[in-house]
Amino acid sequence: MLQPPTLPTNYTVKPGQIKTSTGKTLRTEEMIINMGPQHPSTHGVLRLEIVVDGEIIVDCIPHIGYLHRCFEKHCEHMTNYQQVIPYADRMDYCSAMTNEWAFALAMERMLKIEVPERVEYIRVIMAELQRIASHLIAIGTFGIDSGAFTPFLYAFIDREKILDLFEMTCGARLLYNYIWIGGVSHDLPPKFIEQAKDFIKYFRPRIKMMNDLLSYNEIFVKRTANVGVLPREVAINYAVSGPQLRGSGVNWDLRRDDPYSIYHKLQWEPQIGKGEMGTVGDCWDRHIVRMREMEQSLNIIEQALDSLPEGNVKAAIPKRIRPDKDAEIYVRTEASRGELGFYIVSDGTASPFRVKARGPAFVNLSVLPEIAKGAMIADLVLIAGSIDIVLGEVDR
Amino acid sequence: MTPQEILDILKTKFGEAIVESKQDVQQPWICITPDKTKEICLFLRDEASLQFDYLSCLSGMDYGNGNFGVVYHLFSMVHKHKIVIKTFCAKDNLQVHSVSSVWGTANWHEREAFDLFGIIFDEHPDLRRILLPDDWEGNPLRKDYKVQEFYHGMRVPE
Amino acid sequence: MEIVQTLLANEILVSVLLSLIPLVFVVVYALIVLYTEMKIAAHIQDRVAYMRTGWHGTLQPIADMIKLLQKEDIIPAQADKLLFRLAPFIAFAGTYAAYAVLPFSSMYIGSNINLGAFFLVAVGSLVVVGILMAGWASNNKWSLFGGIRSAAQMVSYEIPIALAIVIAVMISGSLNLQEVTKFQDGGISNWIVFGGPLPLNQKLMLLPFTLLTFLIMFVASIAEVNRTPFDLPEAESELVQGFNTEYSGMRFAMFYLSEYANLFTVSAVVVALFLGGWSSPFENFMTGPVWGIFWFVAKAYAFVLLQIWIRWTLPRLRVDQLMYVSWKVLTPWLFFCLLAVGLILVI
Repeated sequence: MLQPPTLPTNYTVKPGQIKTSTGKTLRTEEMIINMGPQHPSTHGVLRLEIVVDGEIIVDCIPHIGYLHRCFEKHCEHMTNYQQVIPYADRMDYCSAMTNEWAFALAMERMLKIEVPERVEYIRVIMAELQRIASHLIAIGTFGIDSGAFTPFLYAFIDREKILDLFEMTCGARLLYNYIWIGGVSHDLPPKFIEQAKDFIKYFRPRIKMMNDLLSYNEIFVKRTANVGVLPREVAINYAVSGPQLRGSGVNWDLRRDDPYSIYHKLQWEPQIGKGEMGTVGDCWDRHIVRMREMEQSLNIIEQALDSLPEGNVKAAIPKRIRPDKDAEIYVRTEASRGELGFYIVSDGTASPFRVKARGPAFVNLSVLPEIAKGAMIADLVLIAGSIDIVLGEVDR
Repeated sequence: MTPQEILDILKTKFGEAIVESKQDVQQPWICITPDKTKEICLFLRDEASLQFDYLSCLSGMDYGNGNFGVVYHLFSMVHKHKIVIKTFCAKDNLQVHSVSSVWGTANWHEREAFDLFGIIFDEHPDLRRILLPDDWEGNPLRKDYKVQEFYHGMRVPE
Repeated sequence: MEIVQTLLANEILVSVLLSLIPLVFVVVYALIVLYTEMKIAAHIQDRVAYMRTGWHGTLQPIADMIKLLQKEDIIPAQADKLLFRLAPFIAFAGTYAAYAVLPFSSMYIGSNINLGAFFLVAVGSLVVVGILMAGWASNNKWSLFGGIRSAAQMVSYEIPIALAIVIAVMISGSLNLQEVTKFQDGGISNWIVFGGPLPLNQKLMLLPFTLLTFLIMFVASIAEVNRTPFDLPEAESELVQGFNTEYSGMRFAMFYLSEYANLFTVSAVVVALFLGGWSSPFENFMTGPVWGIFWFVAKAYAFVLLQIWIRWTLPRLRVDQLMYVSWKVLTPWLFFCLLAVGLILVI
């Protein structure tokens, strides 16, 4: 029944086009609004400078850096490589496990360390649990952006259960320092497998419930379908990654296409947006890709739990890591938000010479001005929400 | 396609612009001159046998002793091969040709390199600071960076 | 006693006293709805809400109110001060004026005027003025957006509401809400939503149209009070509370009170026009003026609960979709109903 009129994307009323009844031209001008850094829908301290014509956005300029904490500079001042990991945690604080893993993996590849098989399994379990937790935040806040408050709290109830699992493993709930170079800090606690399986059993029906409540809600579909369409070519040109890239219909997942760890041994499918409710690459596609990825993550965790081998959880690594002089490596992993890469250059000393973090949110956000033009203010909120940025990682 | 083959293609096409390359390291790289980055990158993107459509990462570098550089990590989604492109420049001539017209993603990466290293990207559409305030002094990731003492009357902690 | 008698003999004083009854009602009711809304929202969202102040947090609304009264009344330096101060009171006055014509019981109606339904539509528009003033006077771009959105929205949704009222008035034959309610007295089958107390064949023909009108009236009334899924003037995630961003303390409380009072008004209008007002759903059981108040408030309250339930379940519409719903869905259907009801009544 609700069929909104399709908006012309290039719609603007130019000054001097509106005439009053007496024949005079009415003076109209565009309004510049600051959205953020203190705004509930910018997911942190993002500032969007938007030029609007009524409700329609003519231009959108993101300003970032309000949460800049000199991650890269700090790395150069560490006394050893292991110290970087707690900092990496704080980049994308909604998905700390995957950050740690990316850095640890980069160092292991640089030093050619083979980690025990049990470690690989534990890491996969942790990373996939973290992916679910991170996607839950993304979905919940996306619900708030669209005006539905309740799904947010449901998502947080479920996320809490994952955080409980993390807490029993490493004592921390948000920033873990769990995955170390060459292993993990602790072995899994005795009841972990049991409780993780309970969680999987509990969570599958919750995904369906969330879909019923939010994803297939008529109003939600009307709000998100055909909004913020990110075409395939633009997505690739802007090096967008993760659910946002897959939402644009690109079948690309680093876990499969640039394999690391044991993902090639497990059965799972990358989910892509198909444009079921509108155009491929709209907000709804990005949302549903996240919903479906959670199911896939559950499959991965289930298989990893079933075939978890016994063994040591730390590889033998030198106490003081000194890579070769001029050794350099770029390693990319599929974090919750997309391609998280670390470019590490060594000068032969115990501290890194240069660390560049290529965060998915930073790159994904850079495409926002491209897709925001011609949308309405209410859409901009949804587009920003569907990009799923974490300012901690955008600003580093 | 292996890095050696990519190097051969580039050498026959651009000759002089390819300065050096290293093939016996973990991730082989090719070094090009800073004024030719755009042409070479455009070629890398559009050549049917290469098709590097995905600029994964662009990092500014300070190698110390006044040597700067930019490192491009390129991947091809079609052919699934990868290459590292480097370009070096000296401190007194920090000019690299921008590749943001080749890959949209380079825009913000280059702004970041400009912000933190002071590398100037020619023909960049919008070369402003991105992470630091507009009126910040210096480029923090340079090896010889000294923190400014005061910022708007506030003492900057060491 | 003599004083009371002389006081009661004074007509002006009596009418002042009578008009204060709804005010007391509004304040008490707002506290109750505040509490229920928070509790219902919490239980929908799998949490418990207030638990500390009083038994299950029952005193929390009062504490909230005292807190709001104590807060500093901040007026932005660049605001249009007069309009800024005035706006919340105009919004509340508009809402409160509507209570004059609500028939709480067969014995009590603030002002038994013949143009009750018309008066209701008229003073309802005053709220728009208040909100638009607040949005403009705050000198805040987000507030201005909220004000503009609210003006567009409330003006658009007044049309379906007015049309739905016209349909009810056509069936009952009176603009006086008291008369409309009396027309429906005598059991659930006499309610206008089920066709009113007309001959059976006419009733059956009317039934689909009155049901549809009732539904549309309900949807439009949610939009009229700016609640989810039509809460665009406030739209927390987009406009940061819209027109009341800059308000604090008492003035904010006034908007809040106005919103909750309005919530009751629209529900009461739906009840009075379509669901028999104060008349009991059973023919001769629990009738009379006192039971009338009970039925009227209970029915309206049920609608308030329904609106709260909807609010905490659904996402929000977009501006253009909101306009689309009003102008291209609700209004044409109501015109169709109007035509059909008119034809059936003539036959």
